[in-house]
Amino acid sequence: MNDVLDVILRLLIVFVVFLTFPLIIGQTEHKVMAHMQGRLGPMYAGGFHGWAQLIADGVKFAQKEDVVPAGADRRIFQLAPAVALLPYLLVLLAIPIGPDEGAVGQVIDAGVFFVLAVMGVGVLGSLMAGWASANKFSLLGGLRTAAQLLAYELPMLLTAASVAMAAGTVSIPGILDAFEWWWLPWQIVGAIVFFVAGLAELQRPPFDMPVADSEIIFGAYTEYTGLRFALFLLAEYAGIVVLCGLTTVLFLGGWHGPWGADGLGWVWTLLKTAVLAFIVIWLRVTYPRLREDQLQKLSWTLLVPLSLAQIALTGIVKVVIQ
Amino acid sequence: MTLAATACLLATGPTTRTAAETHGFLSPTGVEIAFVLVGLVTFGAALVTVTTRQLVHAALWLVVTLGGLAVEYLLLTAEFIAWVQVLIYVGSVVVLLLFGLMLTRAPIGRSPDADSGNRWAALTVAVAAAAALVWVVVDAFRTTWIDLDGPAAGSTEATGASLFQNWVLPFEALSVLLLAALVGAIVLSRKAKAAAATAAGSTPDTRSTPATGSTPGTGRTPAPGSEKEGTR
Repeated sequence: MNDVLDVILRLLIVFVVFLTFPLIIGQTEHKVMAHMQGRLGPMYAGGFHGWAQLIADGVKFAQKEDVVPAGADRRIFQLAPAVALLPYLLVLLAIPIGPDEGAVGQVIDAGVFFVLAVMGVGVLGSLMAGWASANKFSLLGGLRTAAQLLAYELPMLLTAASVAMAAGTVSIPGILDAFEWWWLPWQIVGAIVFFVAGLAELQRPPFDMPVADSEIIFGAYTEYTGLRFALFLLAEYAGIVVLCGLTTVLFLGGWHGPWGADGLGWVWTLLKTAVLAFIVIWLRVTYPRLREDQLQKLSWTLLVPLSLAQIALTGIVKVVIQ
Repeated sequence: MTLAATACLLATGPTTRTAAETHGFLSPTGVEIAFVLVGLVTFGAALVTVTTRQLVHAALWLVVTLGGLAVEYLLLTAEFIAWVQVLIYVGSVVVLLLFGLMLTRAPIGRSPDADSGNRWAALTVAVAAAAALVWVVVDAFRTTWIDLDGPAAGSTEATGASLFQNWVLPFEALSVLLLAALVGAIVLSRKAKAAAATAAGSTPDTRSTPATGSTPGTGRTPAPGSEKEGTR
């Protein structure tokens, strides 16, 4: 009975994190973007610096009519947001925030494979949405999504494999247990490639060609309204949480920090994740959108060779220190 | 151990041991029941995949089929294989398939030409292949039972050790085969490109036709057009 309670409690905590963290990042994005552009951002909702803006947005989304286009493939159109959102919930289960047994939703033996596999499934949601909408722009968005995923899945996998090689395990807590501070310079190229490829997989600026609102009107999500559209947005921000959390635990040492390691490890994890999330927002404000061919070129001619070089380096160092 | 497997273990915790001793077919454990149910769903999805007239639906049912297989691997404690199955097949192969469909023609609704005259030959081959596989598996593992309480037999460590200690030669042979396929694909695509370039040099007006000549249907209608074709 205790075990059942334990499982339920863990699931509940992960679910709460899944619902709140994306909102926090969304609100931070509103504010950070505004201040970087010399504005104030939302100031009225909730009173203090517009803290309740996203809650107000959520209420607005819930009130809107749920429209399904007449020409659309009804069932797939309605199923797509769930397919886009749920994988991130599953990935959150496997990300540990602290060193002890209780600080991870579920210890998974092949954790690195699990998170990458499940994250890849999320893209199916965008593809389904793009196809089922019966809209040219949506189909274009879906096509671009697929092309982008095929290009960026490979460097992401290769760099994750490099960390797994360094640690000698594919379990995420195992990788963190093996972490030493000098892994940071050793794996830095892999970390950057992983982060950039992850951004591309989330279709965040500057890799937002598939949703390009000023060209193809938000791509696969053109026809979506109300709550279903909100679910896609939530998936994007949950994706940011997942990507930043993964980069933190795989490359930045998760709960390891210069001081306060015992008991306060989770603070380090959250801090590193928050800094990475800030960088994601920063990149959105700073860089213009990459064109489709530039996007493909960046992956195949830069990121893939870099990640292969990182694997070679990892292998050499690993053999030398043994 | 994953959540699903843990849940099954929790549900059947006290009975697993006794069942492991008797292995009766009439007193199945929770995991066995789950295995059969998931197997039925997978089989059904596979049937729909090959019989549906809607192309994209077939690809999406293939996702269900491949995902069901991954769950079966999980229930057999082969966790590593299960995640690789999701990563490669659901995450990459189906996405590539959908990409190809959308790039060529993916009408919403039924495709009248999504049927083949070879349907009976295909059925014969499929049944023969299934029979051979079932026979081999049943013959090889007739009395083998997986001990769910012990260390996972299909963990990453166990899989890696057996792959690189006992099965290195087939593994390497497979990798050479894949490399050959890769090189072959590059050669073929470059040849088509070169042919298109020379053809374009002689007749600049019909530049798009020779490039798509080898793959009928690719350039005939742009993707949005074919999609509209299906909706109207």
